[in-house]
Amino acid sequence: MNLYAYGVAGWLLLVGAFGVVRSANLVHAVVSLSVAQSGTYVLLLCVGYQRAAGAPVFGSTLRPSTRVTDPVVQAMTLTDIVVSATVTALLLATAVQVHKQQGTVDPNRLSALKG
Amino acid sequence: MTPLIVMSLALVAVLGTAVVLTNEPERQAVTLSLFGLSLTVLFVVLQGPDVALSQLGVGAAVVPLMVMLAIRRMRRDQEREADGRGEAGE
Amino acid sequence: MSSRGRLALFLLGAAGVAVLFATAFLGMPAFGSEDHPYRDLAVPAAVRHATANVVSSVNFDQRGIDTFGEETIVLGSVIGVAALLRPAQRESEQRPPPDRHRLESTTLLGYVLLPVTLVVGLDVVAHGHVSPGGGFQGGVILATGFHLLYLAGSYQALARLRPVEIFDRGEALGAGLFGVLGAAGLAATGAFLANVIPTGSFGQLFSGGTVPVLNVLVGLEVSCGAVVLLTHFFTEAITLSVGGRRERGGGT
Repeated sequence: MNLYAYGVAGWLLLVGAFGVVRSANLVHAVVSLSVAQSGTYVLLLCVGYQRAAGAPVFGSTLRPSTRVTDPVVQAMTLTDIVVSATVTALLLATAVQVHKQQGTVDPNRLSALKG
Repeated sequence: MTPLIVMSLALVAVLGTAVVLTNEPERQAVTLSLFGLSLTVLFVVLQGPDVALSQLGVGAAVVPLMVMLAIRRMRRDQEREADGRGEAGE
Repeated sequence: MSSRGRLALFLLGAAGVAVLFATAFLGMPAFGSEDHPYRDLAVPAAVRHATANVVSSVNFDQRGIDTFGEETIVLGSVIGVAALLRPAQRESEQRPPPDRHRLESTTLLGYVLLPVTLVVGLDVVAHGHVSPGGGFQGGVILATGFHLLYLAGSYQALARLRPVEIFDRGEALGAGLFGVLGAAGLAATGAFLANVIPTGSFGQLFSGGTVPVLNVLVGLEVSCGAVVLLTHFFTEAITLSVGGRRERGGGT
């Protein structure tokens, strides 16, 4: 059970990293990186989940004494999602700029990225 | 663990893999959007409505849109360059 | 390194990471168990400050300074994108191609959905402390809503409604006032971002103290920031390099 739920998070991280490694296009690499980062959302939310608990938003039907899922990891995931989006935007802008300068976004053909 | 959680976790894993294995960036914007939607479903099932709402806006709409616009820009430059080369050859 | 060598190195590393993950996952509390020590501390703290949405309470009250850092990241990356995507001197903004084929139903749907989306976005921002949502979510909805104009009308319609300078200032204002409110807490109680506004009664619109105020400020910053981001990407997609691409390595 543990292995399956948390394993999906680990899988996303590894498969995203795999995409970055074999990528032939910087845009593809950026998107793969965001897949890898989404592994952290899945891990955090799975850690905070509790069977038969409500969402951590109280109201007239859900009194504060009832059991809820962990709000701390959810708040962290929220931060994570926003940061991931801004990082993706910044990397995409860099890729556009690289394309303007060098006419390609294939990491294997970029002179400054040869390693 | 309810079947709903098992299913949405499997969907997330499959679509995440699909995004990485999509080689054409144009199609990747679409699979990325679907992957974002599957994450939204998973977050709803895991009782995180705040996170789901945020993921819906960011992961299923804004980021794929930026990816599409970035690709469009590169494509246009490439087409233009190809045109220029064709004219020079004539 | 050859791509095959790179892949082999990656697979080796990935196998190692997978083993570490599996070991860690098997030692973690079972999925869905009762064991949530942070939850047991965060929920009473949120209730003390009369914030019904505990996630908002964690983000804007209990972990306020982290969120301030996050807002700074948003501001910084928007500035970064603006700097990276500023039009070079050799580029000129081209008139976007006049109307392409657009279904009338798409136009109608876009115009109908535009006000609906804006209202929903404002609602999500305003009720972020009592129901799911808040500044981030509502801000993103608002920014997406503006771009329905592109789907419905034309790029020109969008450009008219979207004077970028105003959104630039809106973003800076949101981030700046967040800092000011934090400093107010510092001056009043000696703690940055301390909850200094009366917290009101649980579940009401006026409750949670600074939480709804910060939600509105973050909503302002995120919606303006996302509009500025998308504007730069849109402008990038419709402009052309006048002289083709720059010569490789020219100048550097």
